[in-house]
Amino acid sequence: MFRIAHSTPDRPRSSVSRRWAFATMTAAILSVAACGAPGASPAASSGSATGQAVVTSAPKGPVTLNFYLESGFPLPEKLAAEFEKQYPNVKIQIREDQFAVLTQNAPRVMAGNDSPDLIRLPTIVSSAKDGLLANLDGYAHAYGWDQYPSGLLNQMRVSSQGIRGSGSLYALGIGYDITGVFYNKALAAKIGMTQPPQTIAQLESVLAEAKAAGIQPIEQFNDIGGVNFPFQDLINQYEDPGKIADWVFGKPGSTIDTPATVKAGDQIAAWGKAGYFTKDANALSYTDMMSRFEGGQALFMFNGDWESQNLTKSMGDNVGFFLAPPATAGAKPVAMSAPDTYAIPAKSKNIAATAFFLNWVHTNPQARQLIVDVTGASPGGPANLAIPSVPAGSVVAQTLQATKELGANGVAVDFTANATAGIYANTIKPELQELITGRETGAGIAKAMQADWAKELAQ
Amino acid sequence: MTTLSQRTDLSRRRGTTPRRPGGRRRGKAWVGLLFTLPALVPYVLFVLRPLVTSVQYSLYDWNGIGVARFVGLDNYRTVLTSSDELVPLLHAFELIGFFTVIPVVLGLITAALLHGLPDGPLARTARVVLFIPQVIPLVAAALAWSWMYSSNGVLNQILRAVGLGDQSRAWLGDFTWAFPAVGIIGSWVLLGLCTLLLMTGINKIDPALYDAAEVDGAGPVQKFFAVTLPGLRREIGVCVTVTVIAALASFDVVYVTTQGGPGTQTMVPGLEIFQLAFTQRTVGLASANAIVLMVLVLLVVTPLQRLSKGAE
Repeated sequence: MFRIAHSTPDRPRSSVSRRWAFATMTAAILSVAACGAPGASPAASSGSATGQAVVTSAPKGPVTLNFYLESGFPLPEKLAAEFEKQYPNVKIQIREDQFAVLTQNAPRVMAGNDSPDLIRLPTIVSSAKDGLLANLDGYAHAYGWDQYPSGLLNQMRVSSQGIRGSGSLYALGIGYDITGVFYNKALAAKIGMTQPPQTIAQLESVLAEAKAAGIQPIEQFNDIGGVNFPFQDLINQYEDPGKIADWVFGKPGSTIDTPATVKAGDQIAAWGKAGYFTKDANALSYTDMMSRFEGGQALFMFNGDWESQNLTKSMGDNVGFFLAPPATAGAKPVAMSAPDTYAIPAKSKNIAATAFFLNWVHTNPQARQLIVDVTGASPGGPANLAIPSVPAGSVVAQTLQATKELGANGVAVDFTANATAGIYANTIKPELQELITGRETGAGIAKAMQADWAKELAQ
Repeated sequence: MTTLSQRTDLSRRRGTTPRRPGGRRRGKAWVGLLFTLPALVPYVLFVLRPLVTSVQYSLYDWNGIGVARFVGLDNYRTVLTSSDELVPLLHAFELIGFFTVIPVVLGLITAALLHGLPDGPLARTARVVLFIPQVIPLVAAALAWSWMYSSNGVLNQILRAVGLGDQSRAWLGDFTWAFPAVGIIGSWVLLGLCTLLLMTGINKIDPALYDAAEVDGAGPVQKFFAVTLPGLRREIGVCVTVTVIAALASFDVVYVTTQGGPGTQTMVPGLEIFQLAFTQRTVGLASANAIVLMVLVLLVVTPLQRLSKGAE
């Protein structure tokens, strides 16, 4: 900065050299810009075959596996420790990053020469298309993963056209989450709510009663768009879930700009106007929401079963769970449900050993028990394996029961936030922040989501 | 005064050089280049090379990994026509009010006041307090500010304590207040830098000028406008340049406190570029955005340079 301001008074020379520098720079820029395209050549990126043979036996001899995980979620680390105990020849090294950092770095980390063997990867389509992920079809067949309930694995399949929902398998879940509504039992009793609402209309009347009784109806973070939980819960009940899934998976021709989304959006706006969300919702973080709900400051929180064990620890028997109620009584439940996805990078040198670990996670009794004990989410795996035991009546038992019910009678859909890489941060978040403060309408958010989805998929 | 002496010195040197043998002079130039190498090599590697590659990327549709498709100037067309990209630019210019006007004006006043103070514990404490924001990492400072602005933060506690509880709010989540709240963090950070620069400038002003003004019957205010302000022309130029760049290229404070929210109230080009490149993985569009931002900064800063040097 000082260089600019106190430039030498030796004017003629410096302006000549400056001109010279400018000319050289321009020439350099133009010459580089004109040469070859950046990135992989088409041939290099099309192949996702890994060249390593499919082996299903336990790893032999000393093996070191590198995991790249999300910080703040201790489950995979605990599973790794248990695995090392059962297979002492395997050493697992763990590197952790915050969710945002991890997702932003993932493609470059996997493309590098010291790629990890297992990575927590929430969006898999572009990485699968770029050939960064190992195609797991061979292992799915050898281990019988393709016999698992299909709803569990479809979200991790990518077709050759880059559409999720069908095609080759590129990831597996460690814990299969469902979402719904947690409620504070003591506050519910105060307003006479003895059983979970059976319809959206009943839910709304409970919200109104809570507000009238001076109880905060909903504690929901929205600094980064957490109101999307109740928003999509409503869309799910008004729309054919198959159509929502098509949209999330990026099927050409599908749309979210429907009367159902408009209706759900207007309803969320009305909830905002009625004061059902907290006044500071747009600045409220996830952690603050959790601590306030655990502290008994609100009746409802829209969240997922990955928090079941934490809530049990902090609230004991005072917390309950129900799936988002349908529009009409007795209709089949629809809920957002998604696995915590983990992929094996194509450049991993230990694909067979890592696949063995993933299979172990789904089938080993201790591993399955750990998943339920640490998070409360379902361990997935073969339908005939027993669900690990949990204390009866606990919120964990309720969320596991809800998972079972959803699997048997209901429909699980993926999060709209997962539709494209940018849709959540760039569209859903700002639109929801405007929606709950009366600056946007249901029609507006539906239109914006569809427009940005189409724009991003066209790129 | 310094300029004057520098000039005579230089002209004397210029007068002697032609008499030197040419070979020796060229040799000296090479030695000079050698000494700049430790700085020049990283500069070329980490500033010029990325700049050149950014220009290259901006002509492609590329996700950072896969196959890139040449699209010519399409990305620039998007940047210059889409409202998604123009709104952040507008915010960047609005930030100049907080990042430049407030720190420079307050900095001038503070520097003039501190100049009048005898060098003692009071002046030293004031300098330290003002300069502390420069020492604290910006991310840590922004975190501390976001706590102060939160629902139960210091700011709202104070409001409640003085009976203005109905005015309390989550400042960073409020559509009206989030932008000024972020701007004030910038003012706080840059005030110290401006004050320090302006104080060194004041100390360079010939005390005789102040004495002369006093003899002519000038009061403190007149002295400020007649002596201090013209004497600080260059320093003010530096302050304005640095802070305008900080405003237009702001990123860290916004990233830590609001992520551009609520809605898009605090979205700035720096954050937009980051999200385009790393969340949306449209490296080409992000690069085009970055180049446009760079050109814009140069367009704003270059006339400022002329202005601050105009009198010479």
